[in-house]
Amino acid sequence: MAAAARPGPGVEELVLLEKLLGLPKGSKYGVQGERKVPVLQTNNGPGLTGIMTIAGYLVKQAKKEQLLGSTAEEKAIVQQWLEYRVTQVDGSSSKEDTRIILKDLNIHLEDKVYLAGNIFTLADILMYYGLHHVMVDLTVQEKEKYLNVSRWFNHIQHYPGQNTEGCSSCGRICGPFLPH
Amino acid sequence: MPSPRCPQDGAGGSGDRCSREIRVRACSRRALRAAMRLRLPVRGPAALKVLAAAAAAAAPVELQWGSPARERAPPGPGAAPTLELESGALLFSPNAICQFFFLRRGDASTDLGTQWLEWEATELQPAATTALYGRLVLGRTMAEAVGVLREPLTHMEQSLARTGTAFLTGEAPSVADVVVWGTLFPVLQEESSVPAELPALRTWFRTMTLSDPCRAAADTVLVPTALSELTSHLRQQPGPRGAGAGAGAGSGSPAPSPASPPEDEGSERVLTEAEIAAATDAWARGAAALPKPWRPQTPVLPVEGMRNILITSALPYVNNVPHLGNIIGCVLSADTFARYCRLRNWNTLYVCGTDEYGTATETRAVQEGLTPREVCDKYHRIHGDIYAWFGISFDYFGRTTTPKQTIIAQDIFRRLLARGFLLQDTVEQLRCQLCCRFLADRFVEGTCPMCGYGEARGDQCDKCGKLINAVELKSPQCKLCKGVPTVNPTEHLFLDLPKLQQPLEQWLELSWASGHWTPNARHITRSWLREGLRPRCITRDLQWGTPVPLDGFRDKVFYVWFDAPIGYLSITANYTDQWERWWKNPEQVELYNFMAKDNVPFHSVIFPCSLLGADDNYTLVNHLIATEYLNYEDGKFSKSRGVGVFGDMAMDTGIPADVWRFYLLYLRPEGQDSSFCWSDLMLKNNAELLNNLGNFINRAGMFVCKFFGGTVPSMVLAPEDKRLLARVTLELHQYHQLLERVRIRDALRCILSISRHGNQYIQVNEPWKRIKGGEEDRQRAGTVTGVAVNMASLLAVMLQPYMPSISSAIQGQLRIPPDCFVLTHTFTCTLPHGHRVGTVSPLFQKLEPERIEALRKRFGGGQAKQTPPAPQPPPAPQPPQQELAIATGNSPEVLAPHGKQQ
Repeated sequence: MAAAARPGPGVEELVLLEKLLGLPKGSKYGVQGERKVPVLQTNNGPGLTGIMTIAGYLVKQAKKEQLLGSTAEEKAIVQQWLEYRVTQVDGSSSKEDTRIILKDLNIHLEDKVYLAGNIFTLADILMYYGLHHVMVDLTVQEKEKYLNVSRWFNHIQHYPGQNTEGCSSCGRICGPFLPH
Repeated sequence: MPSPRCPQDGAGGSGDRCSREIRVRACSRRALRAAMRLRLPVRGPAALKVLAAAAAAAAPVELQWGSPARERAPPGPGAAPTLELESGALLFSPNAICQFFFLRRGDASTDLGTQWLEWEATELQPAATTALYGRLVLGRTMAEAVGVLREPLTHMEQSLARTGTAFLTGEAPSVADVVVWGTLFPVLQEESSVPAELPALRTWFRTMTLSDPCRAAADTVLVPTALSELTSHLRQQPGPRGAGAGAGAGSGSPAPSPASPPEDEGSERVLTEAEIAAATDAWARGAAALPKPWRPQTPVLPVEGMRNILITSALPYVNNVPHLGNIIGCVLSADTFARYCRLRNWNTLYVCGTDEYGTATETRAVQEGLTPREVCDKYHRIHGDIYAWFGISFDYFGRTTTPKQTIIAQDIFRRLLARGFLLQDTVEQLRCQLCCRFLADRFVEGTCPMCGYGEARGDQCDKCGKLINAVELKSPQCKLCKGVPTVNPTEHLFLDLPKLQQPLEQWLELSWASGHWTPNARHITRSWLREGLRPRCITRDLQWGTPVPLDGFRDKVFYVWFDAPIGYLSITANYTDQWERWWKNPEQVELYNFMAKDNVPFHSVIFPCSLLGADDNYTLVNHLIATEYLNYEDGKFSKSRGVGVFGDMAMDTGIPADVWRFYLLYLRPEGQDSSFCWSDLMLKNNAELLNNLGNFINRAGMFVCKFFGGTVPSMVLAPEDKRLLARVTLELHQYHQLLERVRIRDALRCILSISRHGNQYIQVNEPWKRIKGGEEDRQRAGTVTGVAVNMASLLAVMLQPYMPSISSAIQGQLRIPPDCFVLTHTFTCTLPHGHRVGTVSPLFQKLEPERIEALRKRFGGGQAKQTPPAPQPPPAPQPPQQELAIATGNSPEVLAPHGKQQ
């Protein structure tokens, strides 16, 4: 693989997701391999490996299956964007890669509220986590250029029903999804 | 206004004219359309897995090979398959597509399944891509490839051994198995490639490979020729594409260049009994069942009760020789479609001509020491000769500098004036006191205010490409006398587009709902409307143009973008006095405009506004067909640098016009830019024309001559033959579906697909052996020969829009009756038992690498000094985009209005 320049999205993100989903703390996570792929210890079997897989499992644990889509079509679309997140976003290693991702997303989001259309899904959450460090560094001009992504990002940041907290790391008022 | 369409047939005639035949066809087409559309741009692992998954989950998909013809390409690598769902949503991840097929069938997604899919995307695919690239491009051994895959293969072995199940997620195959197999199979190919110490994996791999869905997918995707061509293509790529490159969400296959689309196309779906029976019936009805070809009177005029099609291609600008990109962008595309329409018995008129007014002509005249009229005469002839050589079937090829142009343009102007759609304003403009003229556009040069380039023109800087307002030029110079111009006020007229925006939008809504507009045409138009229309100046201080018939403006002419589209009307008026029956008859006439995308706004916004404002029941465009750009060997065509092939030079290459037509249409920039490439031209000529199409038609005819004394033998259809008839019929339907939507490039694939089926059919049945056998074998040889020669006859007709000379050569060789040159939705026996064929000879010649290399060198650049076809003027830099511009698509709006009501 085009070596991931950044460390994998990691365990932190999954802990944040647990919190967001209202799950109790205490899951045991490990990492595996060069890419530091997260592994979740489960009660039975060898555990689950990979951020897509674990995130999907957590959503089901929290009985919020709607976040995975309800119809076959929605499910496939959610799957597609989760995959995009773990391959393209996590695999990006240059400014050019990032630019292509923002461009792709900007086009995709031109006529959509969320990645999967009109429903908020796990894909939005994980994409938000994956792109957070990119988005906070964008200049005003870039935000303008990727207007649809910026709109979507703000939207996810202020997704209703979540308590908003400030962010100590980036010095901004950020939403609950902030992976810091 | 566009005619109301038959509700069942978007491409059909109006309600009244919707014949029963169309209705029936529309229904069968709808049935086809109900399937999801799966597009496979390239024969690689991604195509393999989605096809296997579709088969395994019995998903009804309509299969399309080739690159997507969409304005908005899906994210990720361009070679990824796409699935267009019934809802219109687009899936572009192969794994998500596979999973969708299984979810749709009712399979639940499990954590374990998701885990395998995630592992496949993040771990296996990157390794498999590296391994495949090593095998195909770097020529690595299988052992080395397996070495690259060692870690993931071991992971699979351990997992299978630990769970003890036959498949990755349990005792039954799931989406995970198909996805993983699809990625591994192109590398490993055979069970024996799996190391012996991984026994569980070996068993799994064998079971998967032998399963029906996987085997069928492998047979479809990884045919030997496709693989070897992919390999040879990858070999030509400069430098390593990087081990590990292409580790995208997508295909996991090394991305091929768009110039090399996949070889085999056509829907490979299973035929139904009903389809086979219908095809057999249609076959038996014979040529008598075909409608008589429509032969319109001259001049062609609309006919009540018929579908009346008016086709225009953007008017090439007269001051230059068109290059291949210009030719495919408009005249050749429009010609192919016009020929198709005529074969459908639609009453068709195709007009075009040279766009002759404007500053570019005046400056060219000064450079060549000729009058503008002389320049136009000269280049009009050059254009005419080139198009004649390419076999462009204009009903009339005219020009814009005619008295009719003056009459019609002035009429439209007066009507606009009378209805209050014109504004007057004062504009600051450069004037050369020595030459006593205002220096419009190209009559002035100076330093670019943006980039400092010293030779920027009055309308645009060739260096930075920015549009320039001439008065902003630093140190401006008159191009003719090199004197320093002064800034003077001058009065101009403006078309009040803001006032016309609302009627325009209303009309567009109708046209878009009922017509075929290419996505780029819609997109460009929408973005113009979104920004809001501004008044556009329609006059210029020049002599070479249509005079403005208004006091105070008598010394001015219309600006070309206002004038040039009116050329369509005046050219038709020079063809027939009854031109208004075409151009003021929206109830009966359907108008198709062909152009490259830079011309879209002039045809979708400005010209319709002129006609809506003039309010005289004009025929407005129903279908706007815009191409993307054709590049030359990954660069741009450039006249000034002598790079690229220009129309007149194509004649000197010794390559027949029809081969040029074929190749240009094969890579028509439909939906995305494409590149002309010499080696690809050779490859397509040798592989598709010579080995596939020509080979099949020649063999079919040869067998009739050699084994049956030139007389078509009697045919006794076996089930296999009937299936072939149905298969051909299916391709024919696809061909119509695509051409009705003006997907010219895609429809060409259907022709090649039919001849590919034909070659297979001959190969399997071996008539040359059977003819030596017993009575039964000889009958079989006769049937196969007879069916094949009839397929050749059908191909001659289907090919006519693309390769008219080859089509008529086949017609001559097989003595196909002229009345059979009509296209319907059925494949019928046009050359029955007893029909005598003529002398059969090969249709195509092989192109040798040496010759192609010589041509590439000759046209690759620095060629301008070799005997140019026409005397070249002193080098005046002309941006390549300017070489063809009806209505000067690239000219800036030099004059900005302030909005004083006339």
